[in-house]
Amino acid sequence: MSAAEALRMAVQGVLTNRLRSLLTMLGITIGVAAVIILVAVGHGSQVAVQKQIENLGTNVVSIIPGFSFGRGSGGFRASFTQFTQKDVKALEDKNAAPDIRSVTPIVNGNVTATFGSASYSPSQFLGTTPSYEEARKSPVEAGTFITAQEEAQHARVVVLGETVVENLFGNQNPLGQTVKLNGISFQVVGVLTPKGTNGLQDQDDIAIAPLTTTQDLISGVANGLGQIVVEATKSSKVNAAAQEATDILTPKHSSNGQANFRVLNQASLLQTSASSNHVFTVLLAAVAAISLLVGGIGVMNIMLVTVTERTREIGIRKALGARRSDILGQFLTEAVLLSVFGGIAGVGAGLIGSRFKIVGVQPAVELYSVLLALGVGVAVGLFFGIYPANRAAVLRPIEALRYE
Amino acid sequence: MSARRRPTVLLSGVQKTYGSGDLAVRALRGIDLRVERGEFVAVMGASGSGKSTLMNLVGCLDVPSEGRYLLDGIDVARLDEVELAFIRNRKIGFVFQSYNLVPRTTALRNVELPLVYGQVPKAERRERAHAALEAVGVANRAHHVPSELSGGQQQRVAIARAIVTNPSLILADEPTGNLDTASSREVMQIFARLNAVGRTIVMITHEAEIAAHAHRVVHLVDGRVAADDRTEAVA
Repeated sequence: MSAAEALRMAVQGVLTNRLRSLLTMLGITIGVAAVIILVAVGHGSQVAVQKQIENLGTNVVSIIPGFSFGRGSGGFRASFTQFTQKDVKALEDKNAAPDIRSVTPIVNGNVTATFGSASYSPSQFLGTTPSYEEARKSPVEAGTFITAQEEAQHARVVVLGETVVENLFGNQNPLGQTVKLNGISFQVVGVLTPKGTNGLQDQDDIAIAPLTTTQDLISGVANGLGQIVVEATKSSKVNAAAQEATDILTPKHSSNGQANFRVLNQASLLQTSASSNHVFTVLLAAVAAISLLVGGIGVMNIMLVTVTERTREIGIRKALGARRSDILGQFLTEAVLLSVFGGIAGVGAGLIGSRFKIVGVQPAVELYSVLLALGVGVAVGLFFGIYPANRAAVLRPIEALRYE
Repeated sequence: MSARRRPTVLLSGVQKTYGSGDLAVRALRGIDLRVERGEFVAVMGASGSGKSTLMNLVGCLDVPSEGRYLLDGIDVARLDEVELAFIRNRKIGFVFQSYNLVPRTTALRNVELPLVYGQVPKAERRERAHAALEAVGVANRAHHVPSELSGGQQQRVAIARAIVTNPSLILADEPTGNLDTASSREVMQIFARLNAVGRTIVMITHEAEIAAHAHRVVHLVDGRVAADDRTEAVA
């Protein structure tokens, strides 16, 4: 019997019991779609994290002043520390810290900005130095970032994020305009390239002024630096740079041998989250694969029912000269047909499902998951079809003919 | 008949035992039977006489426990599964009591089936199947499925299916068992016509009137041939 004949008989078998065939296919469809969508969700969240890493800059660490608890004369007490320009100078020492490319001090402040009748409070207001632009990957889209000259001259200039611009200026061009920050006039010299959200906050809701000016007018010199961003010479040197910074700062900022500051390597945190994301993706895929397996068992179940129902037909076919291989081919083709159509429908459902945001993640379909899901789906049909088809093939013709 | 011609069916000392030990059932206890080419033989017997077992053996659906069976000179006992399937396909045309057409499949397609398993090309298959349906007078029902056909029509389609491969032997098991008198007569007329053009027919029946259509009646009793009479067939 030719393959075309086997296919023809199998198609007829599938069409004979349409509802049953459809429900059986649905099992495979759901399995295949689940694999594609869940892998896409996992991959999508990985992509999102990857983007955040790129936005943060891959080779920076943040050093944040903190406090430590120690046993002092009056019992337990917390000791606070502050970073100053001296610390910045110490970190910039190339001999002590060969792997540090730049050091960027940052002070934070709260301002209310007004322009004409518009008023807005950015969620972040920073005073910093020109190296911020490079270290934090925050290039300007228009105008210029804060220059070293402006920094040295305590110039009253400000660079704004897009959200701030929209709230204050609407559609007007902000460059060259004067805004009042807490009542003090600042000239807008630059607009930052939009970064979008990092998942927690709007990264464009920001205003940046020179460090010196900010300390003079907004945060106060006495309050110290809010954060020091250290950029390593290259991303492979991030850990070395962090260690050097720790070694330099520890003698100055510690009590009872405990450092009063924290070194945050955000990129590596995100990389950790990316790899845990990967584990998550694999787990999701495994759960989805189980549903594919269940779909396969559904195919086997229905094929066993079909073979039992059609025992007499099998007997007739054998009496007419069908060989074992003919019967095997017919029923195996039927099982594979169910899973192929179920699988193709599953690919369609998976691709459509992946177009929607799922729990805040835009799924990113991976070609390998589509091919794998379809391939495994078909293989599952083949595997679970073998037993029922073989059972049909080895039926003894006399008994099959006598079957009621 | 010339002694040099090979008989279509030659059974010698054929025994068939089901089970073993105390539970053994000896369905056939030594059958010697020779059916020449072109004969129309009826096998009669009460239920339990072994006629179904004999039919299964002659139809190559089963193999004898003892003795030899030559079909067209071929020793069937030595064949494997694939070869037996081939023999069933080429040498034997079955007609069953319950028609045994493949359900939800058109008459034409049913008749084509043996040719499908016999690797006959599609165009030739179609042509031969049509010719066979024509020969039994149901060509006009070619595209109907069995559930749309009367019992008599179904049995005629089954006969068409049995003769489409041009087999050495037509093996009919109670072919009129499920039919009314009129349809039975028609079916028996078809068998008579087929026999008249030289087909060898072995028919199992328990009805004497039906057996009367054959030229020779073999009586089975308890797994043995009790009588073997040549008769004049009724028209």
